Amino acid sequence: MTTSEALEHHGALSYLEERGRYGGILGWIFSTDHKRIGILYLVSTLFFFFVGMSLGFLMRLQMLSPHGELFKNADYYNALFTLHGVVMVFLFIIPAIPGSLGNFFMPIMIGAKDVAFPRLNLLSWWLYVMGAVIALASLFGSGLPDTGWTFYAPYSLRTHADVPMAVFGVFVLGFSSILTGINFITTMHRMRAPGMGWFKMPLFPWALYATSWVQVLATPVLGITMLLIFVERIFHVGIFNPAMGGDPLLYQHLFWMYSHPAVYIMILPAMGLISEMIPTFAHRTIFGYGAIVWSSMGIALLGSLVWAHHMFTSGLSDAAATVFSLLTFLVAVPSAIKVFNWTATLYKGSIALEPPMLYALSFIFLFSVGGLTGLILGALALNVMLHDTYFVVAHFHYVIFGGAAFAFFGALHYWLPKMFGRMYNRSAAYIGWALLFTGFNLLYFTMFVLGVMGMPRRYAFYLPRFQTSHVIATVGSWIMIAGILVVFTNLIVSVFKGEKAGENPWGGVTLEWQIPSPPPTENFLEPPTIPEKAYDFEGAFAS
Amino acid sequence: MNPASTTLTESVSHVFIYIVALSALFLVGITATMIYFVVRYSRSRNPRPKDIHGNVALEATWTIIPTLLFLSMFYFGWTRWERMREVPRDAMQVEVTGRQWSWSFKYPNGKVSSELRLPIDTPVRCDLRSLDVIHGFFIPAFGVKEDVVPGKHNFAWFDPTELGTYDLLCSSYCGQGHPLMMARVVIMPGDKFKEWYSTREAASGPAHGELLYKTKGCIGCHSITGIRIVGPTWKGLYGSEVTVSTNGQTRTVKADDDYLKRSILDPNADIVQGFPPSVMPVQKDLTAQDVSDVIAYIKTLK
Ligand code: HEC
Ligand SMILES: [Cu+2]
Repeated sequence: MTTSEALEHHGALSYLEERGRYGGILGWIFSTDHKRIGILYLVSTLFFFFVGMSLGFLMRLQMLSPHGELFKNADYYNALFTLHGVVMVFLFIIPAIPGSLGNFFMPIMIGAKDVAFPRLNLLSWWLYVMGAVIALASLFGSGLPDTGWTFYAPYSLRTHADVPMAVFGVFVLGFSSILTGINFITTMHRMRAPGMGWFKMPLFPWALYATSWVQVLATPVLGITMLLIFVERIFHVGIFNPAMGGDPLLYQHLFWMYSHPAVYIMILPAMGLISEMIPTFAHRTIFGYGAIVWSSMGIALLGSLVWAHHMFTSGLSDAAATVFSLLTFLVAVPSAIKVFNWTATLYKGSIALEPPMLYALSFIFLFSVGGLTGLILGALALNVMLHDTYFVVAHFHYVIFGGAAFAFFGALHYWLPKMFGRMYNRSAAYIGWALLFTGFNLLYFTMFVLGVMGMPRRYAFYLPRFQTSHVIATVGSWIMIAGILVVFTNLIVSVFKGEKAGENPWGGVTLEWQIPSPPPTENFLEPPTIPEKAYDFEGAFAS
Repeated sequence: MNPASTTLTESVSHVFIYIVALSALFLVGITATMIYFVVRYSRSRNPRPKDIHGNVALEATWTIIPTLLFLSMFYFGWTRWERMREVPRDAMQVEVTGRQWSWSFKYPNGKVSSELRLPIDTPVRCDLRSLDVIHGFFIPAFGVKEDVVPGKHNFAWFDPTELGTYDLLCSSYCGQGHPLMMARVVIMPGDKFKEWYSTREAASGPAHGELLYKTKGCIGCHSITGIRIVGPTWKGLYGSEVTVSTNGQTRTVKADDDYLKRSILDPNADIVQGFPPSVMPVQKDLTAQDVSDVIAYIKTLK
């Protein structure tokens, strides 16, 4: 039975066609359907990705010459890197995967009709939009933003920029994140289909489960920190400003107590995506399901205890530095376990190197580079040399972009046929990937070199001896952006014009592949058949 | 990284090589295995996959071995760092002051300089003080870095082993002038250093004004070459016509002694057109003599 026949047979419309209470755009922005909300997040986070990318593009242009290719006034460059960071971190990568793919697929993958609190879900998206608007409105306040995405005190308490407004925006965004977390945790506890035991749950939902706990437990710290900055600026209470008896290191502790776990909010869902794609394209079960589940929980737990490794040169006590360095090396263990299990999943598989698989394998490579350079930074003696240089910039772009964003892009190729029922052009997908991968490495690997040479970050101008590397990196950024444009043109065109994709183009075995593409509003036309085990390919192929 | 410019950098570069080598091994191993599997078990070569659910022995191996390796990395990083934290007793002490956006250095005999001049083969302890926001004391060639945090007494030490001139950069973002917040580190032969160290600077007149310009932070915002940094250049300033805004009203004044004095002691009284107000810090520790010395110095900048 083909998809459309199945839909007709049941008289059901896909979530794209179904007309709810409102039509047109209102039918989207007031929809409580988790799939529509997923698409809302997808569109809005990708919009901000493109904003952030354009800012990054300008930053790289400025770096073409030691005296600044674009601006002779550092203020503009300072505004660029501040906005690039705020947009990419708070408006793109933190909400992107849970908000879009998490919302869309997690309920389906556990056999549920929707999330536990659909209206709260819609509220989360609205809070996200409001937070974004408030944060961006701060641009038109008293001066260009110039604090960096870290808002370090006491600088952020003195600058002319409209810090209270920006900080309030981040505060609102935090609530969006917390509500999504609560919603997902409840959904996975209460809404799993009969027969979908915890340990039959696919690994993407598991990863979201771990992520959600981090969101719920760590984000309030961010809220409090931002509120304290707010209070200090508006009411002049000495909390972080040493001139008023405050402690600037207290700010850093509070900030990283959230922002380090936030790194895991970014990367854990991405790891979940990798655990979905690799088995599907290897046509075999995941190696070490249990190890991957527990390592996610291990990362969530240990990841919450390493925040001060951002502060080794800040004057932290020696004992604290030692403990935080030790914990930093330990948090690398669960990540390494995952990498080994993914690689082992390829063994005796039947591998199709489709575009999503290519992204998944690049993820393993790039994430490994990011993780391993994290070990270099975690070693105390080396941190002293490399902290606050381009080495750090390179390291987190390998982890967050090479890791989280590559997984996200790969998963868009993986699930686009399910979300829209259409397939993209495969050659264009390969070309886009090749440009992206090449440009990425040229851009960010060069930054490792710059960091080892001693180039500090957040410099609008620099010493001439760094120029060659900066030029190479900038050329890399052009290749990378060309790749991104190819990738997204291809995806967007295919949403409207792509060839019809069947229900299960890759031969996947998780529940989303049992239902029509695009899925009907109610997700499952018949109660889903829950497989014996998670990723049971032998069972699926035997039948 | 410059491996031999202090005794610490050498041992640090060993840790660097150790971790990089192990990481490279890991990366090459994983990547090669991945590529091999993708080729060997491609769908055309291996149409019938096999579900293998796991292997406890393997899981244990790849948990325990990396853990031990990671711990060894931690250990080497830690022990080398311990040495960076133990300042030799006989170290010379220099007080380093960071402010938006310049550095100054004060030696035990009270000498103040805008360059960090040091004798070779002598350990030095830098006590780091900030007058405003957080800065970063960073000498890339020596692999030395420590944040300069207002209200905190951080330090860094090193023992330069090679003559030469190096850069001191600010590593912690501190605003508009951050990338220009640099100073020279000059490592000198012991006798040359002594000679320099014992010369006393002029205590008044334009020469003293120049010293104040370099060590009281003016240099971070005012150039003497005609280029614009954060504030207006001082080149050709004296006697020129300056357009300022006073209480919101635009007027033109002649840059004479009175005007300059007011500009220094009460920066927000007249705001030079095209420049932001409240950026120039109020000068609390300049005496009346200091101010007139600075003005005398400005007079010399034709
Ligand atoms: C943080 C940056 C900064 C520092 C440090 C700084 N200034 Fe300024 N200065 C400015 C700015 C900006 C202006 C122009 C706005 C104004 O008039 O207040 C200015 C204006 C001036 C003027 C008037 C110049 C003119 O063209 O009319 C004088 C004189 C001056 N500063 C002297 C000093 C002296 C002396 C010091 C050091 C003790 C110093 N400044 C340190 C930023 C700075
Ligand atoms: Cu600084």
